[in-house]
Amino acid sequence: MRYVARRLMHSLLLLAGVSVLSFVFSELAPGDYYSELQAEGRVSAATLSALRSQNGLDRPLPLRYAIWLRSVAHGEFGYSLAYQGPVGPLLAQRIPGTLLLTCLSTGLAWLLALPIGVWSAANRGYQYDTILKVSLSILLSIPELLLAIILLAIAVQTGWLPAGGMHSPGGGSLIDLLRHLAIPVTVLTLGLLPVLIRHVRSAVSEAMGSAFALAAAAHGIPRRRLLLRHVLPVALNPLISLLGLSLGSLLSASLLVEVLVGWPGLGPLFLEAIFARDFAVVLGVVMVSTSFLIAGNLVADLLLYRADPRIRV
Amino acid sequence: MGIRFTLTALIVLHGAVVFAGFLAPYDYAEQHRERPYAPPTTIGFSPWPYVYSQDSTRVYPIRFFTRGRLLGVDPGGYLFLLGTDGYGRDLFSRILYGGRVSLATGIVAGIWALALGLFWGLTAGFYGGRVDGIMMRLAEFFLALPWLYLLLGVRAFLPLHISPAEAFFLLVAIIGSVGWVRPARLVRGLTLSLAERPYVEAARAFGAGPLYLVRRHILPETKGLLLTQATILIPYYILAEVTLSFLGLGVGEPVPSWGSMLADARQYHALVAHFWMLAPGVATSLVLLGYIHLSDLLQSRS
Repeated sequence: MRYVARRLMHSLLLLAGVSVLSFVFSELAPGDYYSELQAEGRVSAATLSALRSQNGLDRPLPLRYAIWLRSVAHGEFGYSLAYQGPVGPLLAQRIPGTLLLTCLSTGLAWLLALPIGVWSAANRGYQYDTILKVSLSILLSIPELLLAIILLAIAVQTGWLPAGGMHSPGGGSLIDLLRHLAIPVTVLTLGLLPVLIRHVRSAVSEAMGSAFALAAAAHGIPRRRLLLRHVLPVALNPLISLLGLSLGSLLSASLLVEVLVGWPGLGPLFLEAIFARDFAVVLGVVMVSTSFLIAGNLVADLLLYRADPRIRV
Repeated sequence: MGIRFTLTALIVLHGAVVFAGFLAPYDYAEQHRERPYAPPTTIGFSPWPYVYSQDSTRVYPIRFFTRGRLLGVDPGGYLFLLGTDGYGRDLFSRILYGGRVSLATGIVAGIWALALGLFWGLTAGFYGGRVDGIMMRLAEFFLALPWLYLLLGVRAFLPLHISPAEAFFLLVAIIGSVGWVRPARLVRGLTLSLAERPYVEAARAFGAGPLYLVRRHILPETKGLLLTQATILIPYYILAEVTLSFLGLGVGEPVPSWGSMLADARQYHALVAHFWMLAPGVATSLVLLGYIHLSDLLQSRS
């Protein structure tokens, strides 16, 4: 329990640090939401400075940070100038979309990677394995960007799958949702798969080479039982920490895929906020994505804590 | 495939980009408005390479070393090796020129990140104790965000409309600020263990200063680590540049980059008819494949 408490404390400090750094950055950055309006030339400079002081942009940094902290306590996460409303509800609308994509893809990728990786480690040096290795390298070097564009073009051409969004207009059924999920989840899974398989493969083959595995094989334990009952649990430990690490790249890939297929997640919201220089929304998305990553790492560490008694001391 | 083949392939790819001014048949901004989305030009070979005119009535021989470029045809004929985009700009030429931005960003950002990581790791590892604790805690902030969120978050604070040259240096600085923590951690670990080696302690006992110790005994040992990290970081940074430019946050028009060129391919309804618009993506994949294979080879060797 003390371990959990310490980790939570550390995570909170990290979040606070990220928010402070973001505020400092925003202070150093030239221009704000209104300078984009000014560039368009429809609003006079006097109106803009009035608007700035009305929204508290001319206050000193510590005061603005304090105000922001208070609004976080209220669940508002600041005030969005572009949307003319608190950021909290905007984020709450988008979080389920991103979570759905990332969780599904993580689950699917691990479900595929574990058997393929174990199989590949067990058949090291055979021709099938070489073919697998080559195709993994190729898959790894195809950017998710390209994959998504190709799949979307095929979807549009053939009409088999919807080419964007989360629901068809009027349709809210599960089948409809699954059809919309197919392309983004495929892209994310294929992006994650080669990395996972490589790690599973190297972890399993390392465990297979260790003394206990050789001894077990010498005792005549069947190969299948040896792999699944003895080797895999040992190989699992480094893979659990990978679960947390892979989340970072998955969230990044998800941002891109969401933008590409118009999925109502954090990605499109973030990009729009950047183009509009809507600082409150940018900060909100940054905080949420940081929390996701921290939570993922925390879960991985707790799993590891349960799985591996050696780190409990 | 061996390390020599991979290196050669990478050098050829980079060389093609460096000598874009000579190898590309057209300039990157040269528009042929009368030929938008032209498919790759068919080349005939008897007895000498030639192309047809648009109505296939005339034949234009391909000339070598004309107008300061390797390939070209006389006015009236076209030589679009990979077709054209919506403005009738030659895609092959634009890929060569666009690779300059993408590859240079990757390499310069990679060097910048490695230098930062090396400095950070050496200092933290060499002094240890409290310095180490503070420095590594600070570095942790850069790992707290998913990389693309960090990249876009940093980009969010910078002006949107800037000149291509400014944009290039901004891109390098932003992209380099993501991903330097891993090399820093590795260098730190190596330095910590090296600093306790007997020969280092002996040198210290003879009165060697920190600068001498680092330069003479620690720095040379980090070479292999830095090389491996470079082959991991550079493709990752090239991908980062492609991604940022794709989203419209990189170097803008008219200077091409593989990312912004790929953004032109986003007209899904027409993409099957204009499949050559995907060529910049294929170029990216080829370069990434080279780097990934190289890093695999290096890692399996050590």
